[in-house]
Amino acid sequence: MEAYHGHGKEKESQDLPRVLLFKPPPDFHLFGDECFSSNKFKFLKAWESPLPLDQFLKTHAQSVEAILSSGGAPVTAETLRLMPAVRLVMTTSAGLNHVDIAECRRRGITVANAGNVFSEDVADLAVGLLIDLLRNISASDRFVKQWLRPRQAAEGDCYSLGIGSKLGGKRVGIVGLGSIGSLVAKRLDAFGCSISYNSRTKKPSVSYPFYSNVCELAANCDILIICCGLTAETHHMINKQVLSALGKEGVVINIGRGPIIDEQELVRCLVQGEIKGAGLDVFENEPDVPKELLALDNVVLSPHCAVFTWETFKDRQKLVVENLEAFFSNKPLLTKIVDND
Amino acid sequence: MEIHEEHRDHQSQHLPRVLVIKPPPPLTLFGDKFISRSFQLLKAYESSLSLEQFLISHAHSIEAILCSGDSPVTLDILRLLPKLRLVVTASAGVNHIHMPECRRRGIAVANAGSIFSDDAADAAVGLLIDVWRKISSADRFLRQGLWSKIGDYPLGSKLGGKRVGIVGLGNIGLQVAKRLQAFGCNVLYNSRSKKPVPYAFYSNVCELAANSDALIICCALTDQTRRMINREVMLALGKEGIIVNVGRGAVIDENEMVRCLVRGEIAGAGLDVFENEPYVPKELLELDNVVLQPHRAVFTSECFVDLCELAVGNLEALFSNQPLLSPVTAE
Repeated sequence: MEAYHGHGKEKESQDLPRVLLFKPPPDFHLFGDECFSSNKFKFLKAWESPLPLDQFLKTHAQSVEAILSSGGAPVTAETLRLMPAVRLVMTTSAGLNHVDIAECRRRGITVANAGNVFSEDVADLAVGLLIDLLRNISASDRFVKQWLRPRQAAEGDCYSLGIGSKLGGKRVGIVGLGSIGSLVAKRLDAFGCSISYNSRTKKPSVSYPFYSNVCELAANCDILIICCGLTAETHHMINKQVLSALGKEGVVINIGRGPIIDEQELVRCLVQGEIKGAGLDVFENEPDVPKELLALDNVVLSPHCAVFTWETFKDRQKLVVENLEAFFSNKPLLTKIVDND
Repeated sequence: MEIHEEHRDHQSQHLPRVLVIKPPPPLTLFGDKFISRSFQLLKAYESSLSLEQFLISHAHSIEAILCSGDSPVTLDILRLLPKLRLVVTASAGVNHIHMPECRRRGIAVANAGSIFSDDAADAAVGLLIDVWRKISSADRFLRQGLWSKIGDYPLGSKLGGKRVGIVGLGNIGLQVAKRLQAFGCNVLYNSRSKKPVPYAFYSNVCELAANSDALIICCALTDQTRRMINREVMLALGKEGIIVNVGRGAVIDENEMVRCLVRGEIAGAGLDVFENEPYVPKELLELDNVVLQPHRAVFTSECFVDLCELAVGNLEALFSNQPLLSPVTAE
């Protein structure tokens, strides 16, 4: 690390520590290549090389100490084995399911995510999807815009849209009461919903009723909101049994990860009317969405954009840069999950 | 057709009649809730007579009218009904009722009170989130197969920290404010008078617009509020500003708003109401940054059931000489 501190001398760009990027982050396209830049480090851009990744890493990345993973570019054990000097994996997401955490732990590699910088946006979208679903907002917008095109009047067929459902008084079950889940709860409180939750452990400081079992939560709710991360335990956690417990009047909102829900089963339930509707920002095989859903008016579909706001992208860029700068100055990181201590 | 009715309802011959010119949506969907021992509905829309002929032939027995926003109670109609004592509307607004004539003749008016304030507020907030976060637009994007073809959807706008100006801090406006606080928005408002609330008051709607990122129209349509949201207000709101309207279409100068939207002088709109429903300006149909609803801000089954019960309650109160449940008082 000593070599990277200039001792007062002006640093040449060649002396700057390098951060590996596998793929260009969406930010580059929207904000330009300079949005993550800093005078304390520079990027090594794997996609700019004609070499296949493993060769590239063997040739160019042997002394690289940090990886910035974005856009879901997976950080696998294989990749990590090709980078003996890595001490930090920084991801621009909150989710870590694309990082081999076990391998990082084994190697003493620190893992840092984007913390809570976009929890509010994700919570806002969850509530937006729910209101849309219960009040048929997108379906009505579609109705007005498509139905009206040859005509001018929005009369008559209005009832075919189906009547909506009031939010106040509905029982909301939050699956995963972390930073996002708590913000969802706070918002829905203001709409007069009653909140309960399922989480890995009961939260002593929280007064909402706790259900240790997601099936029981579903049986006692009108609305299930999936706010948890994707792990081996949560994979396909929302299955036939849970959906059946939720029932014909129940709806599901998913802003976590697609594979938390058994998607085929969900589609079947929606098509057959075994649950009332769904609002989905995530899917098992993005960007593919089961075609049955495209024809349904009782689903609201969102292309994994819960964190897509200008404000949050800028906040996240700032956080990423600050974390990387802290890392290279041996200062404590602002956010980290796995410590190398 | 009325003769047929008279024979069939022999027992209810003496029940006071409640005129319905056009069925309010809650009646259409929950008709069974309007069966009462105190009155009988007289459905003008089921008659082959013209409205005027129908009213003339039943004038002696009509003591109340059940209506809603799209079924106006005009001066002409009132003049044909000498026995009229009450107009019940399944709406909060009374701009479709000739109020001066009702006042002059001592005809009481009952509305929906604050029954659907929650639902209207939910719809307003839903539209706000939709416009800022592009929910309907992204749903369309996905359904058209563009996610696989094009890739990521464009960025929207965060709610937290935004200044939201509520125009009309009545029952609905207050519920909107309460919800927006939970999202971390800064709530400002304009109303006829200042209220004991912790939100910043602007006596002038133009000034409110100049200090807001979004305007939410929650006020009633009156002579003072007609076309209140005009070019000046929209320019003050600015290129990044959005408008949500769950009040009445005519509160906004619609032609001007369409012009501003098409030219990008405001950033977007969420509209549940229009100046000449059911007509929607065709330019709006093509805009991705505009979310359109066919006047459904209160269309929930819970609300409709409550509306039916309130309307029946008001009618039964009238016919048993009890105080009305939700009278509209002169302001």
